[in-house]
Amino acid sequence: MAVTLDQTIAQKQHTFLSRLFANQTFWVVIAVILACLFLSFATDSFATSKNLFNITRNVTFVAIVALGMTFVIITGGIDLSVGSVLCLCSMVLAVTMHAGYSIEIGILATIVTALAIGAFNGVLIAYLGFPPFVVTLGMLSVARSLAMVASNNTVVFQFGPDHQKLLALGGGAWVFGIANPVLYMIVLALITGFILRWTKFGRHIFAIGGNEHAATLTGVPVKQIKVAVYMISALSAGLAGIIQTGWLGAVTTNLGTGMELQVIAATVIGGANLAGGVGTALGAIVGAALIEVIRNSLGLLGINAFWQGTFIGGAIILAVLFDRIRNFRRSD
Amino acid sequence: MSVLELANISKHFGAIQAVNDVSFSLEAGEVVGLMGDNGAGKSTLVKMIAGNFRPSHGTIHLEGKELVMHKPADARQNGIEIVHQDLALCNNLTAAANVYLGRELRRGIGPFRILDYAAMYKRAGQLFAELKSETRPRDLVKQMSGGQRQAVAIARTMLSQAKIVLMDEPTAAISVRQVAEVLNLIRHLRDQGIAVVLISHRMPDVFDVADRVIVMRRGRKVADKKIASSSPEEVTGLITGAIEQVA
Repeated sequence: MAVTLDQTIAQKQHTFLSRLFANQTFWVVIAVILACLFLSFATDSFATSKNLFNITRNVTFVAIVALGMTFVIITGGIDLSVGSVLCLCSMVLAVTMHAGYSIEIGILATIVTALAIGAFNGVLIAYLGFPPFVVTLGMLSVARSLAMVASNNTVVFQFGPDHQKLLALGGGAWVFGIANPVLYMIVLALITGFILRWTKFGRHIFAIGGNEHAATLTGVPVKQIKVAVYMISALSAGLAGIIQTGWLGAVTTNLGTGMELQVIAATVIGGANLAGGVGTALGAIVGAALIEVIRNSLGLLGINAFWQGTFIGGAIILAVLFDRIRNFRRSD
Repeated sequence: MSVLELANISKHFGAIQAVNDVSFSLEAGEVVGLMGDNGAGKSTLVKMIAGNFRPSHGTIHLEGKELVMHKPADARQNGIEIVHQDLALCNNLTAAANVYLGRELRRGIGPFRILDYAAMYKRAGQLFAELKSETRPRDLVKQMSGGQRQAVAIARTMLSQAKIVLMDEPTAAISVRQVAEVLNLIRHLRDQGIAVVLISHRMPDVFDVADRVIVMRRGRKVADKKIASSSPEEVTGLITGAIEQVA
């Protein structure tokens, strides 16, 4: 029987399984599961509810910021300022509440701060053509310095009349004993996944990362979308800051130092491509999870903490290596 | 009545006269080859039809109504579509996503509207079938041949009821077999009553598919005649200036 044109057009080239196996995120999930299984048998302390509670909660701060970073990286940009923005936002929340304002006002001020910083980054990048690396590197320095100015470089640990509410927000476990930060992370991941897959905005973000010139020619509002992604990134840092403040119960000006690198590592391990055009919400989460599991397991296995950087760095390179190998095969 | 009518169009950038007093008309279902050397004014002329530039002098009429455009979106709204030289495709997206880029179909109510994947795959598949191109809507453009990529870019122009399609060097950088594929795509557009302007340097392509050839030199129109009554030699002479002008 001859194959008609219509049949060819209707044919799906990839089955569900072939797509799954070609997916970096899938292999990272496997790696996380294998590591967890191994640790459950190899150590007594890994599979305890206390340790799992700790891991899941530690993952969340990096993961939430990584979700925001995913938007930026898909457009082909980068946001190095997230660690400092997280610190500044925590400080704005702490100082506002310390001054006697309610938690609602504090959170509002924090979110406004985050969005303003994101908009500043975005406008410079989208409308004035600054390289994202430079603008956000500058903001990395500025935001941390502003946090020091706001607090006079002191530790803030009293949050005024709504002190207890804030601690419950970040440190509680309202549903089934799951730490609150984990719940926030899950909700934000679902929202991120939905936006990326099902909205016009999400589609346009991928288009910009794939071919910005083409996106412009086909009428995609490239500049506005770029501003929006940097605002989302800063907002995610701000939200993580609020949650982390509630969890820690104190804010210092070195909060989130070096976090931008962990966040970028998480998104890259999860399958996002720094060249743009590729990235998922699930990838950001499992990337963050893999980093945390590695860190946790080294401690439990009694390996010197100085080795952490080597293992995490190795994971980054290994994850990207698999991607390269697949691409080599394809181009041959 | 002509689909498009340009009357005494001129465009200058400062002291440089890029297009000088050009008039021509396009009929529905006609393929016109627009030829000329680099700097002859082809691109400037096309950019005025596409809404990128406003003419310094002269008027453009679309189906008898005067057309004043301020931006490329205006041209699209009026049924003028462009296939860019670099095709303007995103490699990381599927064929269907590229076809619908910038005008995605959505379903839902009010602000709660999500992308309608099924409808976009279906319509894109129909367009590829109309173009007789073996292009699968779900495949990534990254994995496609030059001819398939052209089909995706051309399918884009068929989404709305296009009246005029401007094609900028569609056969410049593809293989011989794919050139034949693209020329077929152009014939399919023509058969649907669309007027096609084919900007090309390649003499054989123009003589293969076009009904009429317009030659530009130094901003002026130097020839506008039926393909049947011209020859590649004559057109070459007109492009280089060996032949001054023909009626």
